[in-house]
Amino acid sequence: MRIKPFLFLTSMLMFLAQGAVCGEEVQVAVASNFTAPMKAIAADFEKASGYKAVLAFGSTGSFYAQIKNGAPFEILLSADAETPEKLEKDGSAEAGSRFTYAVGKLALWSPKTGVVDDKGAVLGTGTFAHVALAAPKLAPYGKAAVETLDSLGLTQKLEPKFVQGENITQTFQFVSSGNAELGFVAWSQICANGKLKSGSAWVVPETLHRPLRQDAILLTPGKNKPAAASLLAFLKGDQAKSVILSYGYSLQTKEGS
Amino acid sequence: MIASDERSAILLTLQLSAVTTVILLVIGTIIAWWLARTRSRWKGPVGAVVALPLVLPPTVLGFYLLITLGPNGPVGQFTQAIGLGLLPFTFAGLVVGSVIYSLPFVVQPLQNAFEAIGERPLEAAATLRSSPLDRFFTVVLPMAKSGYLSAAVLGFAHTMGEFGVVLMLGGNIPGKTRVISVQIYNHVEALEYAQAHRLAGGMLLFSFLVLLAMYTLNPTGRRS
Repeated sequence: MRIKPFLFLTSMLMFLAQGAVCGEEVQVAVASNFTAPMKAIAADFEKASGYKAVLAFGSTGSFYAQIKNGAPFEILLSADAETPEKLEKDGSAEAGSRFTYAVGKLALWSPKTGVVDDKGAVLGTGTFAHVALAAPKLAPYGKAAVETLDSLGLTQKLEPKFVQGENITQTFQFVSSGNAELGFVAWSQICANGKLKSGSAWVVPETLHRPLRQDAILLTPGKNKPAAASLLAFLKGDQAKSVILSYGYSLQTKEGS
Repeated sequence: MIASDERSAILLTLQLSAVTTVILLVIGTIIAWWLARTRSRWKGPVGAVVALPLVLPPTVLGFYLLITLGPNGPVGQFTQAIGLGLLPFTFAGLVVGSVIYSLPFVVQPLQNAFEAIGERPLEAAATLRSSPLDRFFTVVLPMAKSGYLSAAVLGFAHTMGEFGVVLMLGGNIPGKTRVISVQIYNHVEALEYAQAHRLAGGMLLFSFLVLLAMYTLNPTGRRS
């Protein structure tokens, strides 16, 4: 009777250890704005390569703290370009592995039709109680939103109406639940196959803010792992690129690999 | 030494906790009294609903509050109809969220205290022609004093530590809805670890002192 729990535990341990040693998985930390496209890409990648991409979604700032404290991620798909750069400088990532996998598009959106015009002129009227944006200090889309308002000369006027989500997902919730009449969200959140899903939106011209470059980097635990190298190569391939485009991101033509 | 937005976050947190605690002591007394005395078959369900915030992730609570208090939610439509406007992104909205979030921390100590008093002191007082209200203030309150202390301290401290609800409902507005816990999160996310440490350390110390005071003033073995 005593041997049974022991056997059970050992077999559990062996089962768990198997996953760890077989090396056919790659652990990926993914910025939450890239959740949907990355799920699609991971499925394609699994079919094409036989490797499995294990995805964790979260904010880039949290990932940075976790990676610095020994999180076993092998690849980071960041929401910005600064964090991968910093990780490379810190020595937590492989030098020269950074590249831009997607460029985000910022959009001003309301779930109601006829609220946001296609030039964003509604911002100047101030006929709303709240405008939602991601916290500019934390989220690249928030920073781009403030840069946009700066370019339009509206930051001071609208600041009292700001409500800030911790990230772009929460900002989207503030607007989609109607608690904020309009807000700056990621175009990828509100489009399907290049078209606006519902409501009214203004895709902010990229001349009004710095580009929302999202960079990927190979982290130290992923060094010399074929699965990790394979996923990075897959992300640069045409199949992944067409998925990325279909989710409302653009691509940078020059590749910095 | 303390930056102004830190100061405003601390002040706001204390305000929120104080207002919430006062409201909770009133509502909590009514609910706890009913729970302690009733033989209704609703006792179980009501007790379970009161205890829900103990086990639900605060983000669940915050998410539902955001929807129900929003312009398309039932409560939101009600508050708009009576001219209060919408509660999310306001201090009042945070109070509503906090009252729900900290409810079990106030109701349960009070309920235990009321149950420990039992029927006899009240019956004795009734034979002396004490009115129900009089009985409550002259018999129940003094006897449940330590229960009230626990309830107030736990309600206050728990509201101070609130994060998920505020995050979902608050909108991170300086001076209005940006409380300490959100401020700490902001610092950590922005990689400002020194500022995060200062606030987080302060919070840790404060929480310890509050609980220490409660356990010293209110040792177990006396009336619960």
